[in-house]
Amino acid sequence: MAIACASDGSADLAPASGQGAPRSVHEAPHAQPHEQMVTVYIMGQACQVPATATIMGGIEYAGHQIIRGAGCREGYCGACATIYRVANDYRVRTGLACTTLVEDGMTLTQIPSVPAGKALYSIADLKPDLSAIAQTYPVVFRCVGCNTCTRSCPQDIRVMDYVQAAKRGDIPAILDLSYYCVACGLCMLRCPAEITQPLVATLAKRLYGRYLSKKSPELGERIAAIEAGVFDEEYLGLMAMTPEALSQRYYAPADDDAED
Amino acid sequence: MRISYFPGCTLKNHAVNFDDSTIAACTRLGLTVTELDRWNCCGTVHGLASDDLIHRMAPITNLIRAKEADADAFMTGCAMCYSTLKRANLHLRENPEALSVVNGFLSLEQTDYRGDLDVLHLLELLRDRIGFAQLAARVERPLSGLRVACYYGCLLVRPRAAAIDDSENPKVMEDLMAALGATPVAFPLKTECCGAYQVVADPGIIAERTRRIMGSAASHGADLVVMSCPLCAYNLDDRQADARRLDPDLAPLPVFYFTQLMALALGCGEDVLRLERHRTDPRATLTARGLL
Repeated sequence: MAIACASDGSADLAPASGQGAPRSVHEAPHAQPHEQMVTVYIMGQACQVPATATIMGGIEYAGHQIIRGAGCREGYCGACATIYRVANDYRVRTGLACTTLVEDGMTLTQIPSVPAGKALYSIADLKPDLSAIAQTYPVVFRCVGCNTCTRSCPQDIRVMDYVQAAKRGDIPAILDLSYYCVACGLCMLRCPAEITQPLVATLAKRLYGRYLSKKSPELGERIAAIEAGVFDEEYLGLMAMTPEALSQRYYAPADDDAED
Repeated sequence: MRISYFPGCTLKNHAVNFDDSTIAACTRLGLTVTELDRWNCCGTVHGLASDDLIHRMAPITNLIRAKEADADAFMTGCAMCYSTLKRANLHLRENPEALSVVNGFLSLEQTDYRGDLDVLHLLELLRDRIGFAQLAARVERPLSGLRVACYYGCLLVRPRAAAIDDSENPKVMEDLMAALGATPVAFPLKTECCGAYQVVADPGIIAERTRRIMGSAASHGADLVVMSCPLCAYNLDDRQADARRLDPDLAPLPVFYFTQLMALALGCGEDVLRLERHRTDPRATLTARGLL
């Protein structure tokens, strides 16, 4: 990660280019007079940021440029895993920097990458059952059932429940339970059994797609019809229309008889 | 009676016949058996170090789920799961300090666990809450003439604090088999250890144990051996071929879960028995007694 934090002027931390020097706790020139500010500690450095900022917004407001540890900025990509504590609470909290708001007294750091050994496998050589888990990620059998992974998940996924499903070889359950995983890696960072949960989930999703997902005969029929040219005439007709005529046809009232 | 049920991992894989027959047989008895909607591995093998709480988190998490299920009873059929859950429960009951550490660690759980749940093995539930006389009245297909050796192994009867019956000479399974119309066969190795996980490190130990245990059951006239532990069943059934290499005269002896014989006697369909999963084919034995 390359958060440049240089408000104390130390030489090894470069200010982010084009944004001027990072602001220390004593100066907050961009703040509007009515804007409420809070103090957050970004990798140990006190910074004043607007109370309504996300963690990511706060980091950038304080003058740091995030080079690794930001992606979609909308909670989808999982690039901005962050661990933090809040004042007077022992608990280590976790969140995505782009969707978690700052709190006064918050002390935080981003985790732009979590080292994890991805198993190498050919999906065609695996079966969608316990044997696939045992061959690729036998580490799941180290799970002690402490549920720390579940408590660390910013997506509120029942992570341990899908690890347990993996221990039973229940591939559809892993898929269902892990569906909203953004692979931020916080669970595997917190896991005392050193399990690489998101990688197990990804394997299960691949196995499901390859072997277990419901097949759609209609899709094949439709592709065959397209390839046989069934829709060519209608398509060419549409392409030949003027934008006005196309619009008129698009917004024309539905023909109820035709619907039936 | 509403019963929340902990199946255990192996019952969802190698021992699916144990799972199916448990549900089918209990349903025949008029019990409403509901699998916990969230559960994890029991923890397999109770840690012996008194301060090794991290390895008790798995059973404790399950006890919390069972508490939340709020049924009339909490039950499991697997001897290993039973032992792990039961002993973790006892440990918390007897150690307030451990209980407070655990609840501190699990402070984000909705439910504090207080050790105030009873972990029942299905055999206990049948004996103490249903009664074998009640059960006998529901038998549709008595297992007449079937000579059954009941094998307890270690975990149903040891240690004494977590035993479902007398540790030296348990008889709950024999009583169940008699209620089903079968003939229990006494044999001296019914609480002998099968060798358990030694099968991974040294399969030779299992071969010798299986030779002795199954040889003893056969020599006392058993048609088959019933048990309640998937690991015992693996060692005594799947590894029987190894035992036969030590003793070519060892007759093939089928292995059953006690719930399969319950399901059979209570009139469940043959499909719940999943006989195709048995390594030692039991069909001839059942057919000979007119049960298939």
